[in-house]
Parts: sequence; C-alpha cells; structure tokens
Amino acid sequence: MALENVNKHFGELHVLKDINLEVAHGEVVVVIGPSGGGKSTLCRTINRLETIDSGTITLDGEPLPAEGKALARLRADVGMVFQSFNLFAHRTILQNVTLGPLKVRKVPREEADKEAMELLDRVGIAAQAAKYPAQLSGGQQQRAAIARALAMKPKLMLFDEPTSALDPEMVAEVLEVMTGLAEAGMTMIVVTHEMGFARSAARRVVFMADGQIVEEAAPESFFTAPSSDRARDFLSKILRH
Amino acid sequence: MEALFDNREAILAGFWATIRLAAMSALLSLVLGTLLAALRVAPVPVLRWSGTVYVNVLRNTPLTLVLLFCSLGISNTLQLNFDVYDPSFNGYWLAIVGLTAYTATFVCETLRSGINTVPLGQAEAARAIGLTFFQSMRLVILPQAFRAVITPLGSVLIALTKNTTVVIVAGYAEAAFVMKEMLYESTGGTLEIFLGFALGFVVLTLPIGFLTGRLARRLEVKR
Ligand SMILES: Nc1ncnc2c1ncn2[C@@H]1O[C@H](COP(=O)(O)OP(=O)(O)O)[C@@H](O)[C@H]1O
Ligand SMILES: [Mg+2]
Repeated sequence: MALENVNKHFGELHVLKDINLEVAHGEVVVVIGPSGGGKSTLCRTINRLETIDSGTITLDGEPLPAEGKALARLRADVGMVFQSFNLFAHRTILQNVTLGPLKVRKVPREEADKEAMELLDRVGIAAQAAKYPAQLSGGQQQRAAIARALAMKPKLMLFDEPTSALDPEMVAEVLEVMTGLAEAGMTMIVVTHEMGFARSAARRVVFMADGQIVEEAAPESFFTAPSSDRARDFLSKILRH
Repeated sequence: MEALFDNREAILAGFWATIRLAAMSALLSLVLGTLLAALRVAPVPVLRWSGTVYVNVLRNTPLTLVLLFCSLGISNTLQLNFDVYDPSFNGYWLAIVGLTAYTATFVCETLRSGINTVPLGQAEAARAIGLTFFQSMRLVILPQAFRAVITPLGSVLIALTKNTTVVIVAGYAEAAFVMKEMLYESTGGTLEIFLGFALGFVVLTLPIGFLTGRLARRLEVKR
C-alpha cells in the first residue's frame, strides 16, 4: 500500500499535506499524533470514505478505483475498525459478521456462518454470537467489529483509535486481539496512543501533526529519542498522564 | 337507526371500497415513499434533487387537486385509463394513483427522519465492508429507520384512510360518497347517519394506531 504526495482539503483547511507513506505486506505501522492532526482522515482516504484532492494511493500497485462496483470491491479488501465500533444495531453479532461475506462476497450461508463462528472464537466472543450489540460491553463490541472486518479476508486492516472509546479495563482484551493479528502477519495501519502496543507489535511509528508526517522511526527509537521538537513535545504530554 | 339499517348494504359496500382504496394505497405509498427517501439521501445530486422536487410539489398540493387531476386530467383530458369499459375499476385505480402519489411524500419525510436516527458511523461501516449504496440502505439503514418511525407511519396511514373520502371529488363510490347520497335522499336521521359513518372510520383507524404502537415497542432497536 502506498500513498504519494496525497493532499486533502476540507474547504480552507489543508488536512493532509503531501503525505508519502508506504506499507509493505505484513507490516504493522502505528500512526500517532495530536488530535486534529489528520490521522482519521488519512485512514479514511485509504478506503476512500474520503476523496483526495491530489496525489495517488495504490494498493498492490493498483490505483484506488473512484466509484461503483470496483470501489465497493476495494473497500471489501480493506478492513476498517472505528473508534465507535459502529456495529449494526438491529443485527446479532453473528449477523454483523456474516453480512459482508453473504452480500458482497456471495459466500453460501453455511460457509459464512461457519467462518464467522471461527472468527468470533478467535476474538473470544463466540458465546455472544446470538446477542445484539447493545447487550455487549465496549470491549466485546470492538472485538466483534474486528471479526466483522476480518470476515472479508482483507489485504489490509485500518484501525482508527480502536481503544479510545473503551473503559480502561477493556483496552487490554482488544489490544491482545490486535497483537495476535499482527503476529499472524496481517498488514495493519493502526492509529493509537497505546505505546505498549506500538512497542510490541509495530515495526514503524509514524508521527503526524498538522496534516504532515513529521517523523517516522522504529518504535523504540521514537519513544526514547524522538528527533523532532513536535514529537518530543507531544510525547512529554502523553507521558505525563 | 332505521336510516342506517335500511341502507346497510350500500354502507358496507362503501366501507369495503374505502378499505380497498386505503389498503392498496398504503402498500404502494410505502413502496414509493421508501424509494423517494432513498433518492433524497442518495450520493448523486441529480437523484437527491429530483426526490426533493417531487416531495415538495406533491406534499404542498391539496389532495383534492391531485385527485381531480387524476380523474379529470389524466382520465378525461389525456385519455390515459386503466380500463375504459369498467368505470368503477378505472376510478378505483385512478384514485389509488392520486392517493399514492400524495401519501408517498409523507411516508418519505417520515422515513427520512427515521434515517436520521441511525448513527452515521453505521452507514460508513456498511460502505467499509464493501456494500453498495443501495445494499447499505436496504440491509442496514432502512430496517432501522422503519423501526424508529412505526408510530408516526401509523399516523400517516390513519390520515390516508380518512383522506380516501376526498376521492368523492373523483366520483368513486366509497364510504363518504354513500353518506352523501344518503343525506340527499333521507328525510330525517341526519345525525344518526353522520355518527354511523364517523364510527365506521374510527373502527377502521383505531386498530392502525393500536397495532403500530405495539409493533413499535416490540421492534425497537436497542442502542
Ligand atoms: N468531514 C469534515 N469536514 C470538515 N473538517 C473535517 C472533517 N473531518 C475532519 N475535519 C477536520 O480535519 C482535521 C483533521 O481531523 P482528523 O483527521 O479527524 O484528525 P485526527 O484523527 O488526527 O484527530 C481537524 O481539524 C478536523 O476538524
Ligand atoms: Mg481521529
């Protein structure tokens, strides 16, 4: 996955400024930075929930399709996990996970159900399959959302602050699932401030502020000796808490 | 009571016509209203625009005019008919066209407020797993939107049932038409006749409110 000279405006606001980023197969990249810096927008442009003004984004060497069926297919290949889970409230957990495979991939129901149960088992909530999202805790909902994204067998997974909306005691269970994915070789872009996860699972940390990639480094060197003032300033703020 | 009893067959036939008009128009308005609602939130500006124009024109036109247009305009002037040899059949379907065209705009606006109760994130999640716009409408947004507006949709259907009486301007013989004939011909019992017909409508509409209220509670989406 590669972004080249990507620019994006919201009206006057220049949210992404000449972004260049490459992510190799099986690589895990953590994106970190102050709020409003454009991290969510970056994720959203990669599966084209937002359009870009200039530059190119390619997946497996192919530029992102602009619309129609090809775009839907691209989105199916890029899994996305949101801060607020966004499970379909009127469907059971199992139905949430099987919807994409049934309707987009046209997998037969029996197979879709079987694979969904395996995924739910893998994220540790197989027992909740028949429940509705509102009956689950935040951590369980987020794990269900991860299973829903995985059910599409994506080439790339995007996580936009997956643990920020969770109560502290539930953060670990979600990070554990993500660490497992990383170990299994999934290509991942993760927006998070969880330094533990960045240190253990990521190969690279990208520090983003004011719409720019300010610094890219291996996690250990980024957290212990950031080279830019912005990053140093930011880290001192989050470390104080 | 005599006036009502003597005319019971005509009255029942009138109410049966009312029920047939209301039921068919309700069904078709739900379908057309849902399509209009989808148009009004579509990502393509032309579709959104045409939905908006249609709804604002029809919703703000008096139903009497719409029905007159259907019976006189479409049938007499344009000579578009369902079946010229069967005036009753023809009148029935022309009335349904008018009632549906009008009621669908209220269904649309009601549904649109239901769509607004579905968190935006779910629409994004639907797109993110590769569903097309129409798939995400049909599978994710509309099922939740409907459940959120069952009670107000019931009000739309009650209004529709009572609005069938306006079909009188198109000359189709439903309950209000029978009542009008009876009042012309009767020498007494005016109040009875009125009360009898009014009660007839209450009997038709009360269950709609009751059933939709129960359905709304049963199908409520927990958030
Ligand atoms: N849909 C939008 N319309 C207008 N401005 C937006 C929109 N989404 C985000 N922004 C703005 O773009 C900037 C970057 O936002 P975002 O990508 O959410 O940052 P982050 O995720 O790093 O906190 C912010 O200033 C935000 O207010
Ligand atoms: Mg964000």
